[in-house]
Amino acid sequence: MLISNPDSFNDQEDTFMAAKKEQDNRVLVNPKHNPKTAALLSIIPGFGQAYNKRFIKGAALFILFAAFVIAAIDFITTGLQGLVTLGEVPREDDSRVFLSNGILALILSTFFLAFYTLNIQDAFKDAKRIQLGWKVPNISEGFKNAWDTSFPYLLVGPGLILLIFVVIFPLLFMVFLAFTNYNLYNAPPRNILEWVGFENFVNLFAISEWRNTFINVLSWTLIWTFVATTLQIALALFLATIVNDPRIKFKKLIRTVFILPWAVPAFTTIIIFSALFNDNFGAINTAILQPIFGMSIPWLTDALWTRIAIIMIQVWLGFPFVYALFTGVLQSISADWYEAADIDGASRWQKFQNITFPHVMFATAPLLIMQYSFNFNNFNIIYLFNQGGPAVRGQTAGGSDILISWIYGLTFENQQFNMAAAISIILGLLVAGFAFFQFRRSRSFKEEGTF
Amino acid sequence: MAAAKRKPMSRKAKTRLELFGSYTVILIMFVIILYPLLWTLGVSLNTGSGVYGASIIPENFTLEHYEWLFFDPRSNYLLWYQNTLIVAVSVTVIATFMIALTAYAFSRYRFKGRKNGLYAFLLLQMFPVLMAMVALYILLNTVNLLDSLIGLIIIYIGGAIPMNAFLVKGYFDTIPRELDESAKIDGAGHFRIFFQIMLPLAKPILAVVALFNFMAPFMDFILPRIVLRSPENFTLALGLFNFVNDQFANNFTRFAAGAILIAVPIAAVYLFLQRYLISGLTSGATKG
Repeated sequence: MLISNPDSFNDQEDTFMAAKKEQDNRVLVNPKHNPKTAALLSIIPGFGQAYNKRFIKGAALFILFAAFVIAAIDFITTGLQGLVTLGEVPREDDSRVFLSNGILALILSTFFLAFYTLNIQDAFKDAKRIQLGWKVPNISEGFKNAWDTSFPYLLVGPGLILLIFVVIFPLLFMVFLAFTNYNLYNAPPRNILEWVGFENFVNLFAISEWRNTFINVLSWTLIWTFVATTLQIALALFLATIVNDPRIKFKKLIRTVFILPWAVPAFTTIIIFSALFNDNFGAINTAILQPIFGMSIPWLTDALWTRIAIIMIQVWLGFPFVYALFTGVLQSISADWYEAADIDGASRWQKFQNITFPHVMFATAPLLIMQYSFNFNNFNIIYLFNQGGPAVRGQTAGGSDILISWIYGLTFENQQFNMAAAISIILGLLVAGFAFFQFRRSRSFKEEGTF
Repeated sequence: MAAAKRKPMSRKAKTRLELFGSYTVILIMFVIILYPLLWTLGVSLNTGSGVYGASIIPENFTLEHYEWLFFDPRSNYLLWYQNTLIVAVSVTVIATFMIALTAYAFSRYRFKGRKNGLYAFLLLQMFPVLMAMVALYILLNTVNLLDSLIGLIIIYIGGAIPMNAFLVKGYFDTIPRELDESAKIDGAGHFRIFFQIMLPLAKPILAVVALFNFMAPFMDFILPRIVLRSPENFTLALGLFNFVNDQFANNFTRFAAGAILIAVPIAAVYLFLQRYLISGLTSGATKG
């Protein structure tokens, strides 16, 4: 059992370590008390604790486990069974209910197993300490220890339960869905779902329609993420350097206006832009392009122009936050750097390249990476601007669909739940890979490592 | 510019040219930023209902769309406002409290599963809630919370925990441990330390988190779209989205009026608190 409160953590750990070291040359106070017996006895929870003469703890554990088993065993076994069969009688059994009950049963049994192992470990450790002459605490002390140990779990508990239901359970559900044949033609409750193994993934790559769509969407997702994010960072850097010039006046006003696109809710501005870019009556065509250049651009009906428009809009939406970040960093760069560079006769570009740019990038790198990951899953702009369109012949994704909006379309418009789930898993793996890369860089990860 | 390169210019002229260039760029950006916003304001004051024929400077200035939103019996705008406020307030209160509890546990206690929990949070942060929407839909359907604000509130709270717990944990980590240790020596219990020492000290970050949680329901339309079905349960964002989604050109002026009405207060809050919001987001990424 781990010790919970931080101040006692270190010294208890130390004594524990010391005890381990001295184990060899130290006389066992109770050589007859066998930790292995305690662990074995705990196969029935509570008995090992009783062997350690912690009767109240043992009784409590026994009652808890017994209650859990009596209450949940039925649900768990039927749940797991249902997870295997997914229902037997069409029109009566809803496979989706079987699936969700099965996942809940899985989660419950994971918890059960975790506590079960903890119970055995606890009995073993206590027995070991008794062997070394540790005195079993009296009841009130025992209660206090239990309270201290369980307190962090009490804090995390409510959040964890909610997290399981709202985030983890749905993600698991989606993962399982990817291995079924749930689509428009085979939908519960009318039909029974079946496990199909990796068929959906195989189809995604083997059937040329799916493969082409997938490759198109994935490549556009990557291009979109890279181009839109880089442009918004570049524009922000450019503007921040210009405005940071001490000779520029009205800095406060400029900052306020520049931050406006970030402050106005994005979903309204995107809808407004989609009206402005409308092919027939949007102001960009009728008020700017027609009168000045005598032409209009098919912003919403041509895939290339839609993509260009979306990138421009994202730059509009996304640069203010980065701009605000950069301005903060620029103001904190000491003037000494620039003075020294001036003495050496550095040009403006050299100063930017060697002083400004490294400073800004070093200070904001993790945030910039987050901008990339945000745009990778930026559903709102794709969906609100043109609903992923324009439609492309022979594929289920539109010309401007990125992975996440394609998944949305497959789910809610085409009802290809199995394929949507399979693509979600691929998206999830990409995200997880990226996250892993990000962890290793992040400072908090390194700091955590020292605990 | 070509001339400038060939002839050596006086320093003063060069400075002025540079300044002129900078101001031109800034001015162009002003136009690009303000045009769509002012256009929306203009459209909302136009008569008629379509984008076609609406102009940025209305010929017949009218407030009829604003009046419609508030006073027309067919308008649900005030109801939507109320729904959004209900969702926003409950999410803010419950989520912020749960986030503080979770973050406190992760910052101050060493318990089994802590490290894995931290990794799980980092990972879950990266997954968009959208990925799990089918399951959420089916889950809410089975527990009969579809088309109800409670279902929406629960999802928002659950989604907010991994996002923000890290932010707050990072802040708790910066509060010196000596404070709660000395309180413990003085005999303060776990809860007392949390409520009377940690929470007051973490006020700045909790305020930022609360604000984010409060704003989210005003700006998110996709989750309500999945969860809510009947118009009287809509939140503002979803209701406004449906103005333009149902028949695009028909209700655009009304959408513009409704959009102005939520954009102005939100933008005001953001502009007013920008430094805190940005520093909150920043510390989340670098310290968290």
